[in-house]
Amino acid sequence: MKEVSFGQFYPVDSFIHRMDPRLKLVFLIGFIVAIFVANSFYGLAACAGVLILIIAFSRVPVLKILRAVKGILFLVIFTAAINILFHTGDHVYWQWKIFCVTRGGIIFSAYLILRLVLLVVCSSMLTYTTTPVSLTDGIESLLTPLKWIRFPVHALALIMSIALRFIPILMDETERIKNAQKARGADFESGGPVKRIRAFIPILVPLLLSAFRRAEELGDAMDARCYGGKKRTKYKKLRFTWRDLVGFLTLALLITGVALLRVYVGDIV
Amino acid sequence: MHAIEFRNVDFAYSEEGQRDFRIRQLNFTVEEGEFVAVLGHNGSGKSTLARLTNGILIPDGGEIRVFDTLLTEKHLFDVRKDVGVVFQNPDNQTVASIVEDDVAFGAENVALPREEIGRRIDFALHAVGMEEYRHATVARLSGGQKQRIAIAGVLALKPRVMILDESTAMLDPRGRREIIDVVLRLNKEEKITVVLITHFMEEALLADRAVVMNRGEIVMEGTPAEIFERHEELLTYNLTLPRIGTICKRLREGGMSVTDTLDIASLADEIASNLKGGNAS
Repeated sequence: MKEVSFGQFYPVDSFIHRMDPRLKLVFLIGFIVAIFVANSFYGLAACAGVLILIIAFSRVPVLKILRAVKGILFLVIFTAAINILFHTGDHVYWQWKIFCVTRGGIIFSAYLILRLVLLVVCSSMLTYTTTPVSLTDGIESLLTPLKWIRFPVHALALIMSIALRFIPILMDETERIKNAQKARGADFESGGPVKRIRAFIPILVPLLLSAFRRAEELGDAMDARCYGGKKRTKYKKLRFTWRDLVGFLTLALLITGVALLRVYVGDIV
Repeated sequence: MHAIEFRNVDFAYSEEGQRDFRIRQLNFTVEEGEFVAVLGHNGSGKSTLARLTNGILIPDGGEIRVFDTLLTEKHLFDVRKDVGVVFQNPDNQTVASIVEDDVAFGAENVALPREEIGRRIDFALHAVGMEEYRHATVARLSGGQKQRIAIAGVLALKPRVMILDESTAMLDPRGRREIIDVVLRLNKEEKITVVLITHFMEEALLADRAVVMNRGEIVMEGTPAEIFERHEELLTYNLTLPRIGTICKRLREGGMSVTDTLDIASLADEIASNLKGGNAS
């Protein structure tokens, strides 16, 4: 069995890891709001400060977090360049045809970069510190109110958790089929992109077939264990602890602070 | 009271390609507390038997009763609570990534209170000897361990009958042994009625009674020893005696009084005592 780590969960025990997944999800949403409410340097600095605190308490190495930023490096540079070149305003430093570099443009791009980085780092902190399983539990619990409009919350959560369960199995299977095809002389490494993609068809077809067969068997096994009754209970209960209160207060403080800064200090740009 | 009773059951698959297979007027009973082995080659109908018993497949005619409850749409869940089925591939019957979540699944489905689910998990994991894996990831376990978790998932519903539908077929000899040990213990200690569907003849030796199926019909029935005695007939159903069974049989034919056994050590002891006895006379 190949060692598979889903998503990017970083397995250590920390203050942040022990928080309720629901709080973490709410925190992420609140944090994104704060990032976009903040329109001054101080506001964004406050957001960054809170995020640095989270990183410090999570015991996730900074290098791992930088790797998440590296993933969006191209996007950051591209949007920054576009914003610098097309933003109009005073203090024009350089101009050529429709392109110009202004003081406003530079500041605006700097904010944009900062916001993007904060956004990506905060969401990857969620996946670094929360297992996919508890994330699913958290999503299910947060979506519970939707049951009122007959939204199948439990079914959705079950689909997510079964998908997670089958990732390592299907990865293993892919590897097995690939080896079997290789042993029959299939070539996955050479040729142009079209040829390489075509080479994957003999893997995809048996993989898909086996996935359907597995789904059918799983369905029978679920039926055999009485799935599909009207009422259902849930064994795992998520618990709000003092850690979550700390997290909640931090978030409330951050949003209030950022909003106050917006009202009283105003736009610096 | 019969644990399972099939009366004149007819069944045919509607899918193309399975038209030649059908069950016709099948009568079959399992007593409470019994350990029955169902033997048969591929396509003999032994898996269909399991799927009929808990209502995954619905018979075209006849009656199926489980502890006197007639299997109908209305009593489907009552019957499924009583009849636990463990399938062949352990990977395709676990729904959750974490052991305890998977074991809880069945108990959650019948809306038990949380504390009771907790107790059921304790009981089920203890019964299969997997307590220390409660918080483990299912994907990291061995085949035998995964199958034990599948059994625990069924046990959490506290069934009175357990059907193992070729549950050992995909396991290595060690995993197979683990499962058989667990099943034997459940039968003896928890008094759970067991139907073991298999094509491994040596597993059938442990049962109280063995049933041989071929092309949707029950063709042989009796104690494992009686069945194994008729090994030429078994061959016509594509079933062969395990090697140790063949050895026992040949020894008997050669005039040595040995009993059918699975255990090499006990056979060796018997041979030794026979030889000693022979020397003395």
